[in-house]
Amino acid sequence: MKCQQCEKPATFHITELTGEKPHELHLCEQCAQSYLTQNPSGGMPIQPSLAGMLHHQLKVADTAKELAKLDEQVCPICGISFYEFRNQGRLGCPHDYTCFGSELDPLIVNIHGDTQHAGKHPKHHQQSSQDQTRLIQLHNDMKAAVEKEDYERASQIRDEIRKIEEGQS
Amino acid sequence: MRGSGPESDIVISSRIRLARNLAEFPFIRRCTPQDRKSIEKMVHDRLQVIPGFNTLYYLRVDELAHVDRQFLTERQLISREHAEAEGARSVAIDNDERLSVMINEEDHLRIQVMKSGLDLHSAWDQINEVDDQLESKLSYAFHERLGYLTACPTNVGTGMRVSVMLHLPALVITNQIEKVFRSLQKINLAVRGLYGEGSQAMGDFYQISNQITLGKSEEELIGQVSGVVPMIIEYERKARDFLITQNREDLHDKISRAYGILCTAQTISSEETMHLLSSVRMGVNLGLIDDLAISDINKLFVETQPAHLQKLRGNELDTAGRNIERALYLRRYLQDRGKEHRDERN
Repeated sequence: MKCQQCEKPATFHITELTGEKPHELHLCEQCAQSYLTQNPSGGMPIQPSLAGMLHHQLKVADTAKELAKLDEQVCPICGISFYEFRNQGRLGCPHDYTCFGSELDPLIVNIHGDTQHAGKHPKHHQQSSQDQTRLIQLHNDMKAAVEKEDYERASQIRDEIRKIEEGQS
Repeated sequence: MRGSGPESDIVISSRIRLARNLAEFPFIRRCTPQDRKSIEKMVHDRLQVIPGFNTLYYLRVDELAHVDRQFLTERQLISREHAEAEGARSVAIDNDERLSVMINEEDHLRIQVMKSGLDLHSAWDQINEVDDQLESKLSYAFHERLGYLTACPTNVGTGMRVSVMLHLPALVITNQIEKVFRSLQKINLAVRGLYGEGSQAMGDFYQISNQITLGKSEEELIGQVSGVVPMIIEYERKARDFLITQNREDLHDKISRAYGILCTAQTISSEETMHLLSSVRMGVNLGLIDDLAISDINKLFVETQPAHLQKLRGNELDTAGRNIERALYLRRYLQDRGKEHRDERN
């Protein structure tokens, strides 16, 4: 098990009994030390990590069985499992936002209080999410074609990539 | 850290960074070594064809010696993570070290603009322009509803982190700093120590930044940070006034002792140096020390760091050696500057 605050293995397992329900924390030695020595009256409290937040959110929402099922979900484009994301707090590819959307959206609301972008948009290469997913797939296909020394297929794929990049798909 | 720009007595620097990813590759965690090389090469090649970008220094971080990577980190041109990561990665830096573009950090691109003093609006104008130019040659991963897609959902949307580095010694001395933290957290702003996430506040420097990146425009996020900073500045100035009117002798003594140690120490750690320079910096601002300018202190903060000292000396030094070199550098610098100021006055 990894530490909820960083990437190191969790060697300290703390159960907090101060709230209404017991609250479990899994930390490495260093994070445990700073957690245990933090000033209870304030100071700089540890921000809950992404993995910690997800852990909490899923525990509330799902039974162990459902969670295990969810963990097995794998993105067809980059191959990351939901379990890996849950543990590392980092996604594998842009398509994960669609693939794990139903679990990610509540987390995103939790972090940002919103799920609608209100900032700038790219001016030039604005492709649909589907096109972007297709691009990653085509790049994978091209790598495979080059490895197989199938250069004709590789050049066909390159043309397809160019079309999408130039917005002609 | 030039000690210039608006409110530079208290605001060290203003920084904006944008996280961007290329549409055609997986995020860094799932990239193969070959993918990382392809991204690195693609970004490098495209940078060469953008007017004005071909003059950037382009450094392959993975090919640099440890001390050089540390040097770039100390100058805040790359992150600690970027310095310590593995695989093909690089950084493009402009001439005056205000702009840096990290390639293959946590996201494919991390664009950063830094300004001296409180100057977020001009930092935004510059980074927005750079982002537009890069985007004309690269296709970014962008979602109609979620905005710019990032490896970590905490950055999704604008991908923007706006931060301001503040020097708040009087709020620390008067034990009011925690009150400031608590009120900032209530309005979704994060407070961190000198080197960002997870680091301790050293030398009373605190970085304030936006926590949310989605649901607000870039201008709104900048407005939120730049709106709150003047209040903290005001709060720090009031605390300084209080200290100087209520306790002038004690404050003057603390600052003079700090200056004295820096001028005479034979061996000194990085941590002690930061701590003492922080007092001296406040002393210069309050007119209690007139031999030095704020730009001198800011320069010393940067140049007494481990990699800077080793570059200056021209060879590797262990901790004990660095402590001696640091003390020597401080003594020489402060004696020379003090003499120049005295000569100017006479």
